Amino acid sequence: MSDLYEALVNIVGKDCVSNQKEERYFYGRDPGLMKPHEPDYVVMPKTTEEIQEIVRLANKEKIPVVPKGAGLALTGLVIPQKGGIVLDMKRMEGILEVNEKARYVIVEGGTTHGVLKSYLQKHHPNLRHSIPDSPPIATVAANAMIHGQGRLTQQRGFNSDMVSGLEVVLPTGEICRIGSCSVSPYWFSKGPPLPDLTGLFLGWFGTTGIITKLALKLYPCKKIRDVMLFLTDRAELVPDIVLKLGHTEMMEDIVISTQPIPLRFKGNFFIVVFITGDSDEEIEFKRKMAWDTLWEYFDSRDGGFVSITPDMKAPMMAMPSKDTTRFADVRKGGGFEYSGPIAPVDRYPDFVKKLEELASDYNLSYASAARVIDEGHCMMFSFSYTFNRADPDEMDRAKKALDEAAKFSLDQGGVIWKPNIDEQRMMMARMDPNTLKLMGRVKELLDPNGIMNPGNWEAK
Amino acid sequence: MQEYVNQIHRCFRCGYCTFPTDYSYFNCPSYRRFRFESYSTGGRLWLTYAWLKGEIDWSEHLAEILYSCTTCKNCVEQCPMKFASDIVDWIVGARSDMVEKSKIPPEVGRFLEAVQVYGNPFKLPRGERDAWADGIKRYESGDEYLFYVGCLGSYDENGQRMARGLAELLKQARISFGILGNEEECCGNEVYMLGEMGLFQMLAEKNIQRFKELGLTKIVTLSPHAYNTMKNNYPKFGADFEVYHYTQLLHDLIKKKTMKLSQNRAKVTYQDPCFLGRYNKIYDEPRQILQGIPGIELVEMERNREDSFCCGGGSGNFVMDLLAGGEESPSRVRVREAYETGADTLAVACPSCMTMFMDAAKEEGLEDRLTIKDVSQIMNESLPPGQQ
Repeated sequence: MSDLYEALVNIVGKDCVSNQKEERYFYGRDPGLMKPHEPDYVVMPKTTEEIQEIVRLANKEKIPVVPKGAGLALTGLVIPQKGGIVLDMKRMEGILEVNEKARYVIVEGGTTHGVLKSYLQKHHPNLRHSIPDSPPIATVAANAMIHGQGRLTQQRGFNSDMVSGLEVVLPTGEICRIGSCSVSPYWFSKGPPLPDLTGLFLGWFGTTGIITKLALKLYPCKKIRDVMLFLTDRAELVPDIVLKLGHTEMMEDIVISTQPIPLRFKGNFFIVVFITGDSDEEIEFKRKMAWDTLWEYFDSRDGGFVSITPDMKAPMMAMPSKDTTRFADVRKGGGFEYSGPIAPVDRYPDFVKKLEELASDYNLSYASAARVIDEGHCMMFSFSYTFNRADPDEMDRAKKALDEAAKFSLDQGGVIWKPNIDEQRMMMARMDPNTLKLMGRVKELLDPNGIMNPGNWEAK
Repeated sequence: MQEYVNQIHRCFRCGYCTFPTDYSYFNCPSYRRFRFESYSTGGRLWLTYAWLKGEIDWSEHLAEILYSCTTCKNCVEQCPMKFASDIVDWIVGARSDMVEKSKIPPEVGRFLEAVQVYGNPFKLPRGERDAWADGIKRYESGDEYLFYVGCLGSYDENGQRMARGLAELLKQARISFGILGNEEECCGNEVYMLGEMGLFQMLAEKNIQRFKELGLTKIVTLSPHAYNTMKNNYPKFGADFEVYHYTQLLHDLIKKKTMKLSQNRAKVTYQDPCFLGRYNKIYDEPRQILQGIPGIELVEMERNREDSFCCGGGSGNFVMDLLAGGEESPSRVRVREAYETGADTLAVACPSCMTMFMDAAKEEGLEDRLTIKDVSQIMNESLPPGQQ
């Protein structure tokens, strides 16, 4: 092991390698409920070439490599299940190019969403990207890798749909460019008109390669942004309300929230609708369209728009939303995790019922924020439960509730977002056998020594 | 202080603490310097919790991680949780536990021992504390202010220059003041932040007793560190003095137009000291002093006020310098940022910032292009000829 340490030091320098207990402890777990497992080394590469050398070394030594962003998926995807080397990618943090005319940005594999947001605001205020509600230290590449979602997901699909090119270090050490950038200096398309090879990497949780550069589509940043809040106490109406809003093709983002605390919120469903425009007239028109679209619910006394005080508005408008993070401490416990099925919007009422049922069965605090994806093709629901890190019993109950939620989601026809290794196994057990076989063949072809984030997507 | 034991698990390690408000880049000095997540506030709190639970043993590396925090309070500003204001107390609480168990980095041990034995962290004789102060009057009954100089002002070459300049300026302004000279004792701010609560209490009580014996009612400090501890911690030990940082006095002079100032052409950027800014919300006064001097153009670094980037000297690091080494040490990062504003002068209001930046400017090769001056020195240079 000491030879390996020296070899890693030779590649990235002494300050960027640790095999000390403190780093191994911290990088061996995430804020969620999956069992920790420590790496042998934590390494912080700066260049693609360094990553190539590390991967070649790992193949030679048959030691696992786990690329990591900020580790905020909460489902243990970067817990090194079999030890080895954790690559903390965040020193590869460059914003390499913004092409204003073709509306894309090229970033390095560890660039954070926070830094990208700030950079665009300062240097390209007419452009924006889809900012997730994870904290700003979440990296662009890791978010794409887990098919993340963000503020433009309602209009544009998963954040991974907005990728327009990749540079990847393959598990065997070669550098590979994916998309238009493989034949052109421009990174405008991840596939078309070529075969879309991003599918070999996105959603694979680092088991098929390490993203060292990523191009992301940028979208117009309108001058004005506002939020509306529609309230109903009938979960069964939510799917139609959402689909009707989607039909306008005018809403920036639609999120359905429910939570039992404070008490006046219990049993209510808040449909948070964001609109954007370049003029007051445009905003007013979109606001009117939303009102007109949902007027029937007001007539039937089933729901209505409610006023938003400035105190409420500021956190709702924030990107990313700090309230998402604050949920961890609503009961002063410092923990929350959610199971996030991607499912048709009409599953919402059943999911909500199950959310409350599990909270009651396991005596947990809950909340849910469901984001509409791609104008209603599906939604990301969240079964979110808090837990107290100092209370092992509550942590155990939260884990059981989440496991049950995952099984329920699959039974309901959902597909689990950023699944933990247990959920991956659950899905693979239900998967079309030939699909599973294909996944196994892809992995074997790309990663013959099985060094990349082993334990994840073990399709056999 | 020990309440942290029952609270520290509440950190979610979300990483907001590492950023400034606009997320433009990392603003936690130790995370910026080392880049392992273990050196972020979240890392520090999770590791401390692991140590408390017995999941990891104490090690010198663990102690270094805990002590590489400069207690700059960026995390307090940025943490979205309700416990945000307690974070520094938790860190100081954990340090206090390590001190009690004699499990601290050797640099910290040497710092504390030096303060205990010599009354300053430099291990310099008590008898040399006033070596800088030729011609400066000792405090006597009837003086309006005690000028509390502090260890850096008394012993450090750059700090001494600041102290002399300020004393001259106060004289020019006809403010009645005196110093304690060799009778002055360390204020204890760093001792507190390093978690040596017994020694801090001793220093605070000794100072308070002496101040009371002298019958003084007003103190003006050179250092924001001393200002902070005398203003916020000393009252817990019975102090009831009015405490001012020198920029507050100078601001008053500018506001009342007590002093005539002449042209001083310079492009100046200003470093908010953590213990003046984030700890005590004094952001405007130093800026208004600079803006009140004819000819001074004040330009801001991108990160300023609540988002200011620490010089790396807090929590005794102006002596121990646990964050030193390489281009990413906070002081070097910050002088580069100051230079990038196009300023010819980096104004400071803290002797710790002064000494950190003087060294950093040399290491960056900027010493001929970026002058480090303290606010009082700039004001002094702006007095009409003959009064400087």
